[in-house]
Amino acid sequence: MSSVQTAAPRRDIDARALPSYGYGASSLMWWGTVGVMAIEGTVFALAIMMYFYVRTRVDVFPPDVPPPQLTFGTLNTLILLASCIPNQLAKKAGEREDLPAVRLWMAVCVLFAVAFLVVRGFEFAALNVRWDTNAYGSAVWFLLGLHTTHLATDFIDTIVLAVLMWTGPLERHRFVDVSENALYWWFVVAAWLPIYFVLYWAPRWM
Amino acid sequence: MTARAIGEADGAFERPGDERDSAEIPRERGGIMGFLTTVDHKRIGVRFIVTAFVLFLFAGVLAALMRLQLAVPENNLIGPDRYNQIFTMHGTTMMFLFAVPIMEAMALYFVPLMVGTRNIAFPRMNAYAFWVYLFGGVMIYTAFILDVGPDAGWFSYVPLAGPEYGVGKRSDFWAQLITFTEVSGLLVAVSVITTVFKQRAPGMTIERIPLFVWAMLATMFMILFAMPAVMVGSTSLILDRLVGTHFFNPAEGGDALLWQHLFWFFGHPEVYMIFVPGLGIVSAIVPVFARRKQFGYPAMVVSLIATAFLSFGLWVHHMFATAIPDMGKGFFTAASMVIAVPTAVQLFCWIATLWTGRPALRVPLWYILGFFFILVLGGLTGLMLASVPLDLQIHDTFFVVAHLHYVLIGGAVFPLFGGFYYWFPKFTGRMLSERLGLWNFWLFFIGFNVAFFPMHILGLEGMPRRVYTYSAAMGWGTLNLISTLGAVTIVISVALFLVNVARSLRSGAPAGANPWDADTLEWRLPSPPAPGNTQGIPVVNSRTPLWDDGIVGEVRGLASSPPEVLVTSGLDAHPDHRMAFPTPTIWPLVAAIATTALFIGSIFTPWAVVWGAIPVTIAMIAWFWPSHAETRRHRALEKPPFAEIAKARGEERTA
Repeated sequence: MSSVQTAAPRRDIDARALPSYGYGASSLMWWGTVGVMAIEGTVFALAIMMYFYVRTRVDVFPPDVPPPQLTFGTLNTLILLASCIPNQLAKKAGEREDLPAVRLWMAVCVLFAVAFLVVRGFEFAALNVRWDTNAYGSAVWFLLGLHTTHLATDFIDTIVLAVLMWTGPLERHRFVDVSENALYWWFVVAAWLPIYFVLYWAPRWM
Repeated sequence: MTARAIGEADGAFERPGDERDSAEIPRERGGIMGFLTTVDHKRIGVRFIVTAFVLFLFAGVLAALMRLQLAVPENNLIGPDRYNQIFTMHGTTMMFLFAVPIMEAMALYFVPLMVGTRNIAFPRMNAYAFWVYLFGGVMIYTAFILDVGPDAGWFSYVPLAGPEYGVGKRSDFWAQLITFTEVSGLLVAVSVITTVFKQRAPGMTIERIPLFVWAMLATMFMILFAMPAVMVGSTSLILDRLVGTHFFNPAEGGDALLWQHLFWFFGHPEVYMIFVPGLGIVSAIVPVFARRKQFGYPAMVVSLIATAFLSFGLWVHHMFATAIPDMGKGFFTAASMVIAVPTAVQLFCWIATLWTGRPALRVPLWYILGFFFILVLGGLTGLMLASVPLDLQIHDTFFVVAHLHYVLIGGAVFPLFGGFYYWFPKFTGRMLSERLGLWNFWLFFIGFNVAFFPMHILGLEGMPRRVYTYSAAMGWGTLNLISTLGAVTIVISVALFLVNVARSLRSGAPAGANPWDADTLEWRLPSPPAPGNTQGIPVVNSRTPLWDDGIVGEVRGLASSPPEVLVTSGLDAHPDHRMAFPTPTIWPLVAAIATTALFIGSIFTPWAVVWGAIPVTIAMIAWFWPSHAETRRHRALEKPPFAEIAKARGEERTA
């Protein structure tokens, strides 16, 4: 390839000596994942803002309906928190490049995902308000729907990656994907905690 | 320590490919499949730019139609209903389908070249982003032709756009267009940010990043945090319209002003998403034609970042005519004035650069001088509008139309045309005609001022925006006619630009690698650069590497099949690892088609979100799933980061 360089190369770098992937902030996948987390974190923050904006429009809150039942929301919070354990074990197994442990803990993560998606169904049924009842109901369903979308997409991501780790074709770079998939799961759990308090406790405390 | 992964021995991993495997080079394919499957940032960038420019022409034709309608009082060329659709389509196209996408496309094309890498990060995602954007544009223009184009203004205020007054599907098409463009924009933003932080040429530390790249980086961060607001807004709007939620319905505890907050929390940063890339283009052009290095580089960088931050604190100045507390208005007046400071700092730095340089008055520089003049006028009327009493008086009049066109055409379109003249040789290998370029510039500059300056006066005289006609008794006829003559002049000017492009593509003078004797890395490569940009990524030790022998070496030993890219550390651009990049594939296009079916289906039934998600999921999984051949090729190049893995295993580090 022609170039209009004026100086003879003096400080060449031989890339063959470099590794072909890296973990954490040195991988492009980490930056992509963090970028997506920034976008979706903003979406969650705005949805919570809408909830409290709607709160300011009425005197009695929640308007004309009882607050959501605590049982299933609290149960799901516990399941989500517990899922952090297999998730972190899968992340660490990935970073150790320990394939049997990755397979085991990703399978456990998938089981947890099935559990909280089922309980999430009961959560929707126990909100005590419909999306078209009033603006409060709209905000509640929007928040819970938004978080459920994240649960569902991360559930599919995790299944697909887990199956790949069982069947191949495998290369070692996939261990980075395992690590980043677990990072994203941490985000989905971390985003849930403020949403849990907003949905279930704000109507009782405010 | 060999640090073999557990399981590798028992055959869980793909067998590495042999020499022959890694020798088969997946070059850019030709033909229709090559066109549909490419992941080269330059090909995607060019088609992004061309699509956005065609949409600019569409929206320009709509603007010309409006000017013809308004040329004389009580004209009946266009009826009120069509006129509503036309001004809504004009604004929506210019803001969502032209201005932001074309700036993203410029970043997509030039950021990888300027930082010296071989492709954009996540190239398949960028291919997907382009297709989604294209299909969104096709959808909205199809709706417009079928007389279901949106008609509630480009900011689609409720209740006019809500279920009660916005009957039919017009506003639903608008809301889904927003979803299309925002998905596309956010994906490009993540890619550009990652490219800037992780793929810079070794030695390009953060204080050596070109100002154009800094401007694009600031813009992409604005996109990341502002676009979610309009996505939340447009989703809530379509939910109100489609499934009976009450976000914007005051009768059930909602609030119409909530829409305005959501829209302008995006909408004001959006102005800066359009304007800041313009600043980047100015900073690329000014030093080259002043023939000296940019004056005040650190001040320029800090100003760009300050502008990006401050742009999030201005949104309420679009809402001064609503019931916002006075204290709030005071804050947003102050913030709106403060943001003039970083822009002024940059203006003075450019003036200093030109003053102390030896300016060569070529067409790109003429456009920058036009930018100075028009932007300053638009900025001054911006300060006027930032003061609440004046804003209340001229809110929703033609004064605002004049102001926003001075800011956006002056701040973005003039630099962009300067950028076209400057970089056209890089895109195509041929120069544009200087003589036609001067005609193009002067007709645009004069036509612009003739078209838009009278609108200031019309606004002060009380002529409201978005009226399809006016009575002769108002006395607005003469100024409107002058304005229309200006618009016709702009049409002639843009037509000359198209002639210039067509003639240059056929028989323009060959450009060579660096026709302007410019300083940044894109000019090191042949015009146009080959697929994969460069085999040897440069090692640099200067901010202006082509001016002071700043290329001190090359990176050797990167594979070309699959194309390997050097990944460097975020601040110092120290070599970190090499990464095999994705090869061309049809799946981003398939996924974009599935996504389009979901988005358009959801205009008609909420169940489309459920059923439409199935093909989208299948396409995404097929996109992700690796092939044996691809994995073998990667395995042939594989070299694990032994030290990191040993640390994770708690083993002693060995050399």
